[in-house]
Amino acid sequence: MSIRGKIWKFGNDVDTDVIIPARYLNTSEPDELARHCMEDADPEFIRKIRPGDIILAGKNFGCGSSREHAPIAIKGARIGLVIAESFARIFYRNAFNIGLPILESAPAAAEIQEGDEVEVDIETGAIVDRTTRKHYQAKAIAPFMQELLAAGGLVPYVRRLQRQASER
Amino acid sequence: MPMTISEKILAAHSDRPEVTPGDLVEARLDFAFANDITAPMSIRVFRDAGGERVFDPQRVAMIPDHFVPNKDINSAIQAKELRDFARDQQLPHYFEVGRMGIEHVLLPEQGLVLPGDVIIGADSHTCTYGALGAFATGVGSTDLGAALVTGRTWFKVPESLRFVFSGELGPWVGGKDLILYTIGRIGVDGARYKAMEFTGPVIESLPMSDRFTMCNMAIEAGAKVGIIAPDAVTEAYVRGRAKRPFRFYRSDPEAVYEAVHEWDISGLEPQVACPHLPENVRGVSELREVPIDQAVIGSCTNGRIEDLRIAASLLKGRRIAPHVRCIVIPGTPEVCRQALAEGLYEIFMNADAVVSTPTCGPCLGGYMGILAAGERAVSTTNRNFVGRMGHVQSEVYLASPAVAAASALVGRIAHPADIAAR
Repeated sequence: MSIRGKIWKFGNDVDTDVIIPARYLNTSEPDELARHCMEDADPEFIRKIRPGDIILAGKNFGCGSSREHAPIAIKGARIGLVIAESFARIFYRNAFNIGLPILESAPAAAEIQEGDEVEVDIETGAIVDRTTRKHYQAKAIAPFMQELLAAGGLVPYVRRLQRQASER
Repeated sequence: MPMTISEKILAAHSDRPEVTPGDLVEARLDFAFANDITAPMSIRVFRDAGGERVFDPQRVAMIPDHFVPNKDINSAIQAKELRDFARDQQLPHYFEVGRMGIEHVLLPEQGLVLPGDVIIGADSHTCTYGALGAFATGVGSTDLGAALVTGRTWFKVPESLRFVFSGELGPWVGGKDLILYTIGRIGVDGARYKAMEFTGPVIESLPMSDRFTMCNMAIEAGAKVGIIAPDAVTEAYVRGRAKRPFRFYRSDPEAVYEAVHEWDISGLEPQVACPHLPENVRGVSELREVPIDQAVIGSCTNGRIEDLRIAASLLKGRRIAPHVRCIVIPGTPEVCRQALAEGLYEIFMNADAVVSTPTCGPCLGGYMGILAAGERAVSTTNRNFVGRMGHVQSEVYLASPAVAAASALVGRIAHPADIAAR
């Protein structure tokens, strides 16, 4: 799966309250959550982005609460991918479970600039900055996680396993 | 092979003689639960994944504690989804308003989470139960929903960090100050993916309430679990509460740690985390001139009876500063009853504080004490991110119940000793 989009850059320790403030957690509808994605960091964010754009951040992206509403808001906003130096553990797990692609690369997080056009191969982790023509290689995603992403998340993955088991 | 307490619990729950950090294991769950914010999504996942009955109704809890009593219509809809599910599944551990408490205060108090358990909750502060010597961690709604079907979940065995606290705890210094100090030293990702094991003579001397406070905030350093070896203090707490058998595990003396931090905390003063990260920690005396608009005393971090007693000891016979709101939130109905019996409600009310029903409420900017632009709170809660308690231009300073109560009295951040000396 290949993704090409414009970079929106954030700093270190972007927390889940910034990704989706708790005042909007009285619903779990993706479109409603998407409307407030990153609102407390940039109130204009949701109006500026295009489908397939990429969030780029520093270390510990998604720290804080276990709210799955955070990756759902990002996916609901049609962000194609999040690249960060590192991710907080619950966010990392949640992103794969709901089928939001995420990649870790410290050099990409440090060097790629806001507004750059970037192309990414999710399977191989190859990141190409089309603006600067620089190449980066993200940390490999474990095969099990790749399958989750390909299936679209944990629920479709579990259902596919069940279907395969019943067909045997 | 020597193992840490975390490794031993995971090995026992995945039927392996031993595990090492990095291993992927599928572990049996002793308990799983969700709240009014995370359960609706989990219930959807449970149904989508083909779930009909939860794996064991005795080992599942549904706790509407975040926006309940319902703060608005959407919150009422979410709480109803959880209630309907609990009724449909005939869950004995559903807690209606009146019996409901903040999950991480309630579940240990009711003896539903126990030493040696593997526990997941769709709430990041599930790591609180490490104080009992359990392997307990927060997950998202999808993991929880799938686990409700199977009673199992996968974990990567975490590396362990050992923290050894020695020395003498000073006056007005407790578990909250120790964990803030720790986060200040290692940072908000200092224990990312890892197990934080709190040990040493200072930890052994701590009552359960302070141990819960410490393990509760392990997530604020990015940890998977915070854990304390169970001892006689744990035994005394669990005895009479436990609803099923439990088991004590301890780390082997030769167990392998990624790092060991040995700190002498003699002379440590009360600690305060400044906006907007829990790692921005300073001694309270450096912040004495910071004016406040609100003090919050409660939450899964500090909503236990011991916390309210400390606050009451400072508020007794005194009055909250003019123009300051002091909001006290007991963690559970049991804490409310005990506070009432001990006369703490009277002390709070005579000091012009208000006492809420148990709820997470203002901690995550839900309701019951939201901040306006430019306002500042001292709070015994666990996070001080941008906009956490309200407007994005508001500020939260995290501190102990003693510092929050002292600050409420003078209207700026205060050292409890300054009040006690008056």
